[in-house]
Amino acid sequence: MDADAAAVQAAEVEQEALISGSEAVAVATKLVDVDVLTAYPIRPYDTLMQYVAKQIADGEQDAEYIVAESEHSQFEIAKHASAVGARALCGSSGVGWCYAFEAIAVTPALRLPLVAMVGNRALDDPGAFGTEHNDALAARDLGWLHVWVDTAQEALDTTLLAYRVAEDRRVYLPVAISTDGAFLTHSQSLVRVPPRAWVDRFLPPYDRGKLVLHPDNPITIAPQVNEDWLMEIRRQTDEAMRQAPGVIEEAWRDFRAIFGRGDGSPFFEEYYTDDAEIVLVGMGTLSMPVRVVVRKLRAEGQKVGFVRVRWFRPFDYEGLGALLSRFAAIGVVDRDFSMGSPFHSGVLANEIRATLYAQDRRPPVASFISGLGGREVTIPNVREMFELTRRAAESGAAPRDTLWIGVRS
Amino acid sequence: MDSSEMTAAPLPVLEPFKGVKRVPLEEYYTSGHRTCQGCESALVMKLMVKAAGPRTVVLGSTGCMYVANTTYYSTPWVVPWMHTQLGSAGSAAVGTAAGYKALMRKGKIKREPINVISFCGDGGGVDMGLSAISAALQHTEYNHLILLYDNESYANTDIQSSGSTPYGAYTSFSPAGKAKRILHRRWKKNVAAMLAAGHSECRYVGTVCASYAVDFMNRIRRALSIGGPTFIHSFDPCPKGWDCDPMMSHELGELAVLTGIFPLFEVLDHRLALYGKSKQIAEGRQKRLPVRDYLLKQGRFAHFTDDDIDYFQAKVDQMWTRWLVPGVLPFQADILGDKPPA
Repeated sequence: MDADAAAVQAAEVEQEALISGSEAVAVATKLVDVDVLTAYPIRPYDTLMQYVAKQIADGEQDAEYIVAESEHSQFEIAKHASAVGARALCGSSGVGWCYAFEAIAVTPALRLPLVAMVGNRALDDPGAFGTEHNDALAARDLGWLHVWVDTAQEALDTTLLAYRVAEDRRVYLPVAISTDGAFLTHSQSLVRVPPRAWVDRFLPPYDRGKLVLHPDNPITIAPQVNEDWLMEIRRQTDEAMRQAPGVIEEAWRDFRAIFGRGDGSPFFEEYYTDDAEIVLVGMGTLSMPVRVVVRKLRAEGQKVGFVRVRWFRPFDYEGLGALLSRFAAIGVVDRDFSMGSPFHSGVLANEIRATLYAQDRRPPVASFISGLGGREVTIPNVREMFELTRRAAESGAAPRDTLWIGVRS
Repeated sequence: MDSSEMTAAPLPVLEPFKGVKRVPLEEYYTSGHRTCQGCESALVMKLMVKAAGPRTVVLGSTGCMYVANTTYYSTPWVVPWMHTQLGSAGSAAVGTAAGYKALMRKGKIKREPINVISFCGDGGGVDMGLSAISAALQHTEYNHLILLYDNESYANTDIQSSGSTPYGAYTSFSPAGKAKRILHRRWKKNVAAMLAAGHSECRYVGTVCASYAVDFMNRIRRALSIGGPTFIHSFDPCPKGWDCDPMMSHELGELAVLTGIFPLFEVLDHRLALYGKSKQIAEGRQKRLPVRDYLLKQGRFAHFTDDDIDYFQAKVDQMWTRWLVPGVLPFQADILGDKPPA
């Protein structure tokens, strides 16, 4: 960097803005200069596209902004834009995400670094606007990277990270950023918005190289491979997912160096875990009531903590395994369900159980389902879950089957 | 030139071929496909990209022209090609064209005309993808052509009936049985006219048949060079699905036009015109042949009784004598009085 550029860089400072989680992602799409955005309404993710629409209308953003006629088309348009080398973004919620599922399912094998925001929502019927994680989790096995965030700041920062990781040639997989409906999509907080110059330092241009669909590069994408090649191609997608943790760590280090944020592991956040005897584990804005209760119980002398899983795919089984095996007992809180699964648990609880199985020391895992359909996980609910987890630690055994917390009997 | 014109994606200049001898020899769809003997849709693909030329990107939705054409390591496509989902021909065209437009405007790639062609079969275009095609025809800022290759069934999956299958045809979802001679009782959707009538800003919609190859290619060139989203409906005889001799494909295409079953027309900047043999039929310069000549050459109509043929003939006659515009606008109050034979 020459002296003039350095001076310009130095003059750039972060601005503070009071914005919601959805608006934070919208702002991030400006910062990363997204080329193509596709919209289709469903609450709560649609607030993202309302902010984008305003940015486009006001001339703050130079992009193709396309209102599609369905979520399926929304994801297909973004997918094809990504194939010609355009940086693309779309998103959805609940059954809208399901309506796009065909496009969602094929995108990873095409190695397209699409980024999507999921405004987590119940899969109604019966009608419900509120948070449940089953929408994004329905795509958990397909080769999408999945990350859950819990603040507007993290939503903005994670959008920058998502493109950096997705567009890394070692990965080239799509990323879904999950934001809890209403609790995050619609809740404002103070967010530090970095200058574009910092983002440019962090995120190189999307260069699709020899995989770009263009007359200068006459390739055939997604031919019929059948049993002759499909397994090798699946294995390549698997290899890309195996490369993702290292790329996420690299991106996280650079992010910290440029933006001055991001301590600890990129994959999960620890809260009062250093000397904790028991912890709750969960994803998304569950952190809000749990942090409050952790502080209250700490004031009462209980050594409790919280682990918030950020990256669900790739799942940091080594880091989480090493961390969680330390505690006397673990309580996993799922804001989702997996009907008929082992122990009738939610999805996260069984991922944690599988992770711990490889550890020499396997503390009891109490599992809970709470806060479905946007129901608030209350302070008493969290206290109850800590109490049940404490009892598991004392007795050396957790209740065998999952307990539903905050549900009418 | 206003700012929107300056930022619009550039258009190619594609003059019509003046006769078959002026058509270039270069092929962009060559060997490597494994379509059936007599496959007219393979010819449609070949003529389509021959007309478009080398600066073309082709998107293909699921169907015969995906499965049969693009076996890994033996693609026939000389131009870049990408698969899209069954219902996504419209979305693939929009996404591809929008991507190029944004990248050209921002100076990330060279500003030049790139033909974007997205094709679908009748399953993808007339049934599942109709909504996305309709939306694509509304986004006038993107230049592309959606080509429907209509072989009148889901021919890749075992010949199942679609919204484009003709009345009464035997398919694996509409066999002629002991209790019901005719299971497929839907009349073929009038898809090109529907799209033309419903999308007033779309500058080109046309029907084509590869039996008339030069007419076919010139309509592709017109659609690609006019600007904005365009749509072409191609009528493709299919020996496997229609149960006919592979050497009959060309002739059945002609017969579909000459019997008046598939009228050739185009809507160019709101100006509707029949062309070719269909125009001659309308003007009384070409005798409209009886549908019997067409139907009885195909096994899929072998179960038809004389009454069925008469009914089919009456419906086609009605189209030519009582529709507001033959093949295009069916509005005529007394049409509802007619009933198919029991």
